Amino acid sequence: MFNNLFAPEAVSEAVEILKTEFLMATWETLYITVAATVFSIILGLPLGILLVAGEKNGVFPLPKGLMHALGIIINLLRSVPFLILMIMVFPLTRLIIGTTVGTTASIVPLVIAAFPFVARLAESSLREVNPNIIEAAQSMGATPFQIIVKVMIPESVPSLISNMTIAITTILGYSAMSGIIGGGGLGKIAINYGYYRYKYLVMLAAVIILIVMVQIFQSVGTHLATKSDKRLKGRE
Amino acid sequence: MIEIKNLYKTFQTGDGTVEALKDINLTINDGDIYGIIGMSGAGKSTLVRCINMLERPTGGSVEIDGKDIGKLSDSELRKVRRSVTMIFQGFNLLMQRTCLKNICFPLELAGINKKDAKKRALELLETVGLPDKANAYPAQLSGGQQQRIAIARALATNPKVLLCDEATSALDPKTTHAILELICEINEKLGITVIIITHQMSVVEAVCNRVAILDNGSVAEEGEVGVIFSNPQSHAAKRLVFPDGVSSLSAAKPGEQSVRIVFNGASAAGRPLISQMAIDIGVAANILAASTRTIGGKVYGSMLLGIAGGDECVTKTIDYLRSVPDVIAEEVTEDV
Repeated sequence: MFNNLFAPEAVSEAVEILKTEFLMATWETLYITVAATVFSIILGLPLGILLVAGEKNGVFPLPKGLMHALGIIINLLRSVPFLILMIMVFPLTRLIIGTTVGTTASIVPLVIAAFPFVARLAESSLREVNPNIIEAAQSMGATPFQIIVKVMIPESVPSLISNMTIAITTILGYSAMSGIIGGGGLGKIAINYGYYRYKYLVMLAAVIILIVMVQIFQSVGTHLATKSDKRLKGRE
Repeated sequence: MIEIKNLYKTFQTGDGTVEALKDINLTINDGDIYGIIGMSGAGKSTLVRCINMLERPTGGSVEIDGKDIGKLSDSELRKVRRSVTMIFQGFNLLMQRTCLKNICFPLELAGINKKDAKKRALELLETVGLPDKANAYPAQLSGGQQQRIAIARALATNPKVLLCDEATSALDPKTTHAILELICEINEKLGITVIIITHQMSVVEAVCNRVAILDNGSVAEEGEVGVIFSNPQSHAAKRLVFPDGVSSLSAAKPGEQSVRIVFNGASAAGRPLISQMAIDIGVAANILAASTRTIGGKVYGSMLLGIAGGDECVTKTIDYLRSVPDVIAEEVTEDV
């Protein structure tokens, strides 16, 4: 498979493709990933809050049946393999975007796959908030809404940032997968050139760019999470 | 005035029901520093949480200034909570907010505008002696400083009552003393009623005027601190006053009988009472145990003596000791 990977003609061909297509593909991947992450957070964060606040001992207990149903739906969506889920949501994608192929169209299945994951990540972040601090807020006369907005979310910001970094890197990986069924970006290039046309050097280049992107996301995320955590400020 | 009437609280657990509080009746007057003391698991924390309805009682009522707060709607209760505030063992400050913003927090909840809230918070930082910590984060402060910020936060809404749930249990003795002084100052200057939950005798002794001893969910004894500590009646009270578990019969040597002396505010401090007794009536007492404290120049507490020489000597001893003012003496025939 990797014989003659760096043969002169393969290298010049790859450089040509890099020049003409990679900038666009990288941009597409970035666009899909960021957009899908943003929408996943918009859907997933409130759901995560609901999962914590709505519990029996939460700040805003919800009917047990509803909580149970939410849990099942999230687990169900999370257990469908992404490739299959992508095909299953074709009708929804067509309804929202008008088509099932192309860069923008791949955002829909990504969001459907990622928002339950984001909800679980948000849930685990919010659970880390010291319950005694919540009790203190209750003792001061805070409403459930005030506790969510002024205590639970601000207190878990560092953890939320760490977990959302995990989400964006995971979504980046999924976005490459969407290249298989007509999504755009680096995934499409890797599959079209590398898998269908045996141009492995191009595939390798796409993978390297993906690795670099993951590294950047992770470093920025870790930096922001650490910087935002006021608990880490040392004693003067 | 806070009146707790026939208060019950039961919890449902996997193993059945647990009666955390049983028929609690207490009256806490305005301006009191009221101690509620008990061993771990006695129900102290549950009781204090019933006073601001963080725990809903299963039966009975809590009345604050004649108003049954168990019958209030959620929004009315939230208003009451601004006048009955609380501090905690773990301080429970918002770790991602500065000290100033922490003190502003209850004002923010009450819908007070930012400028006024900040002004009030800065005043309170002065009150608790940390004016330079406005922009510091809680993690940068020591435990004692964090509790001061928590006190400032609790005072922000001008409360009538301050509940202290083991507020000094996580602090060293010196810091504990300083925090208790601050609480006393608040009680005197601002006229705030203070309820202190603790398992430490020293805390009650240092600041409280009245005390209730909680044992296994019930009030074992209640009254003025001096009276309760000098002459504990209940088993639970004795256990707290004599934490080492004074057992008269096992401590007395064979042939000795035990006599308990109670100092009920005797001004006998420094007087060699036992030595004097040996000279005056010729009875040499064996001191088996002693736990006395000087509160306001007067001696409170008790002492356990082993007396040899049979009933005659015991009677002589008791008669002698009873002649001393504010001293009670009695023969002990069972375990304290």
